[in-house]
Amino acid sequence: MLLTVRDITKTYAGAEGAVAVLRGVSLDLDAGQTLALTGESGSGKSTLLHLIGGLDAPDSGQITVDGVALAGLDDAGRAALRRGKVGVVFQQFNLIPSLTVAANIAFQARLAGAHDPAWAADLAGRMGLTAHLAKYPEQLSGGQQQRVAIARTLCARPKLVLADEPTGNLDEGTANTVLALMLGLVAETGAGLLMVTHSERLAGLMQRRLHLTSGQVA
Amino acid sequence: MTRAAVAALLSHWRRSPLQLFTLLAGLALATALWSGVQAINAEARASYDAAAATLGEAQFDQLLPTAGTIPQATYIALRRAGWLVSPVVEGRLGGVRIVGLDPLTAPGGLGPVRLGDGGDVAGFVSDAGQIYARPEVLAQLAETGAALIASPDLAPGTAITDIGTAQRLLDMPGQITRLIVAQTQPLRQKPLADVAPTLTRRSAQGGSDLAKLTDSFHLNLTAFGALSFAVGIFIVHGAIGLAFEQRRPVVRTLRALGMPLRGLIWLMALELLGFALLAGAIGVGLGYLIAAALLPDVAATLRGLYGADVSGTLVLRPVWALTGLAISVGGTAVAAAGAFWQLARMPLLAAAQPRAWAMQSGRGGRGQAVVALGLLGLAGILAVVGSGLVAGFALLAAMLIGAALALPLVLDRALALGQHFARGVTAQWFWADTRQQLPGLSLALAALLLAMAANVGVSTMVSSFRLTFTGFLDQRLASELYLSTTDAAQTKALLAYVTPKVEAVLPLMQYDTTLAGFPAEIFAARDHRTYRENWRFLQAVPGVWDALQRQQGVLINEQLSRRAALSIGDMLTVAPGTTLPVIGIYGDYGNPVGQAILTEPLFHRLFPTVAATRFGLRLPPADVPALTAALTDDFGLPPGQIINQTAIKAFSLDVFERTFTVTAALNVLTLAVAGFAILMSLLTLAALRLPQLAPVWALGMTRGMLGRVELLRAVLLATLTSVLALPLGLANAWVLLARVNVAAFGWQLPMFLFPLAYAQLIGFALLAAVLAALWPAIRLARTPPAALLGVFSNER
Repeated sequence: MLLTVRDITKTYAGAEGAVAVLRGVSLDLDAGQTLALTGESGSGKSTLLHLIGGLDAPDSGQITVDGVALAGLDDAGRAALRRGKVGVVFQQFNLIPSLTVAANIAFQARLAGAHDPAWAADLAGRMGLTAHLAKYPEQLSGGQQQRVAIARTLCARPKLVLADEPTGNLDEGTANTVLALMLGLVAETGAGLLMVTHSERLAGLMQRRLHLTSGQVA
Repeated sequence: MTRAAVAALLSHWRRSPLQLFTLLAGLALATALWSGVQAINAEARASYDAAAATLGEAQFDQLLPTAGTIPQATYIALRRAGWLVSPVVEGRLGGVRIVGLDPLTAPGGLGPVRLGDGGDVAGFVSDAGQIYARPEVLAQLAETGAALIASPDLAPGTAITDIGTAQRLLDMPGQITRLIVAQTQPLRQKPLADVAPTLTRRSAQGGSDLAKLTDSFHLNLTAFGALSFAVGIFIVHGAIGLAFEQRRPVVRTLRALGMPLRGLIWLMALELLGFALLAGAIGVGLGYLIAAALLPDVAATLRGLYGADVSGTLVLRPVWALTGLAISVGGTAVAAAGAFWQLARMPLLAAAQPRAWAMQSGRGGRGQAVVALGLLGLAGILAVVGSGLVAGFALLAAMLIGAALALPLVLDRALALGQHFARGVTAQWFWADTRQQLPGLSLALAALLLAMAANVGVSTMVSSFRLTFTGFLDQRLASELYLSTTDAAQTKALLAYVTPKVEAVLPLMQYDTTLAGFPAEIFAARDHRTYRENWRFLQAVPGVWDALQRQQGVLINEQLSRRAALSIGDMLTVAPGTTLPVIGIYGDYGNPVGQAILTEPLFHRLFPTVAATRFGLRLPPADVPALTAALTDDFGLPPGQIINQTAIKAFSLDVFERTFTVTAALNVLTLAVAGFAILMSLLTLAALRLPQLAPVWALGMTRGMLGRVELLRAVLLATLTSVLALPLGLANAWVLLARVNVAAFGWQLPMFLFPLAYAQLIGFALLAAVLAALWPAIRLARTPPAALLGVFSNER
């Protein structure tokens, strides 16, 4: 199993006391599978994604990614996991504005020590970015920036791709194009994909679907 | 409406206390350094004016003896011949300058008591007498028998009394040191040369001698203060610019809700005025403390270098405090002008999101480059064709401001080069990210550049001065012992006593005159190896000493050479009917007037009335203590008339140490301000940087690594800035030594380099950068993941 999540709980301190964001969530994901995580705002989707990506730690429960239990990892260990096994696609792209498109695409792969220039060039070509490699992110449209972000994630050949509303900032036409590219490439690399989305239509494109309500699997 | 708008505007500072602290602290520091220096200058100028007012040198001509003192009979002869002159006796008693005046004949305005203004003239001229002085001076005059009257307005270190009392205290019965000439004189009076041929008339100076002499010193202090103020205003400019940028959404909302733009601008201006007054008051207080701490050393420096008595105690002057507040308000206005201009032009529907002001790449980069190049070009032109003090300081200003403006552009190119050659992904990101931080840090780095350049420049100047001057002292103070006499009889007896006991007696004879139209002094040089072995010339003909002894020429100092444009071979009239070629030009550091040297026989022939009253003695150094003891115990020469060469040198070096103390203190303060600017910039950027760093962290870089990178970035930028500051500082030193000094004093100092001192300074700058970056770096390394995750959560 690529991803195992068992009985995860997470509580945040809010203005009116502790707020339980996740209350005993469990899920599994195999390599090559795609899973849509849906739910209302505040249902805990993004928090769950962050916990799986090692960006945050749960209060209780266990998460295992490609055989690695996150609970046993320190800060450096979680950073290594993010570099090598997990790729995250954010809603706001979060590209590095000081680097060119080419450098952004290669960034995570180079951090992980797994940079393959041919694969990076191939990804750029298939994302329609070849003509923009020397540009800076601010010179691209939103759709182009998200394609760079996806290429950056896939360039490192992660086992698990986590996408948090990856098309939330794009118009429908652009969103369809970007998502189709992402699904095709994820399938080609054999990675597992966990995507947070509000869109019923996009969720329908995934193999499986999990709905969260008030921090629990519905 | 106004109250609600004020509450909305002020809420920004409540939520950004660090920004408010930056603004107030930057302004307070800027005001403190500026007003501290102004307080020192004001105190010194008040002392000079008080000193000038004592004997009225600025208003009245003076009659001075060619040598020694003026017999009372000469004064009486002058009065009988129709000269309206008033006698003065001056001398030192236990370190206090005693000035004796005659209130019955003194021209109007002179002296603490005057006829007709209700003063106690009878008490002043009584046998017991009265002494007027500052309280601290009176404390040194307890045993005089005269009534002591405190007068805080008098010159520091000076006591004024009746001429009779002064003659008694100074043991100068029947002697006068100078005569003050009243402005209105009878039409018929005998010529001075007929009545008193041994007296020379010196014209009114038209201003304080000391004020003119020390102008350069105070100008340097002012320049330091102005530079520190500019550095502080850089910080304020950054804080105000950022605050205005972050309040754009509030401004837009307030305007959308019906608040007129003009009203908003007024409110924000009043808000800044309040901050400026608060910070100004803090700055004035700090400035007072800085001035009080530095004034004793400044006073010692001025006394040693210029003979100027400056009070070591600071008086709080209301005008100075008000000026401090005004400069704080003015500085704030300058710093905020751009922000207000942008606000006034901002359309109502402009994007409300802050544009990450500190991050935006310099869109005005091209314009800045043009201005920087223009200023540096102007500096180049001034360096080639400019002359005079104003041109010197204009050159300094153009060079420093041009360099500060050019700094971000030069650093950007250097970082681009680094990025080009970087190989690893982290290194590439580091260089690229550092380039992106540059606009936000450029103000602080410019502050560091200016502070370091000022440090290098002033330190090089002072150290070069010290090195040159100590070498010069060795050359000029070659005699082991210096004696002075009061009259011809004492001179004759002393020479008879001392000549058999020493290797040589070198008379020091001086005649004050005018040479080539400039005030000057002529000295006599005896043909002796002391001069031949020790004196070094800037330019000289071969065999200069032999030529001098053959009376084939005259030696002049650099001041006279520059002022009168005299070179080797040019002719100089040294006395009516005697014109000689210049055969040597020597350095004469610290002397404000021109000087010429003739051989002893020629001097005697041209100025037969001048008798030597000072003598240099050559003897083995080991014999100095014994001879000194014999002169005081056996011959009876007062200790005040014996000066040991080592004592003079020690005194001179002590003066320099005090000068160094002042310079070092100002250096530390400017560096501290620059360090503070870096700290505040980094802390400000830290909050804005989170959205840029969070993705890098999410992609697999640890927080600890991010913190270390932040620290490394600060060190890299400080290093690059230091490397650029060094040549700028050396250029600064060159301008100070070769231009400002020549214009102010008339002599050029050789420039020496002090690599160890520069390395130490760069070390301090890096330390300041590390200390400034440490806290933000630690904060970043300890940023909770929740804060970084907030960046992604805030996306929705």
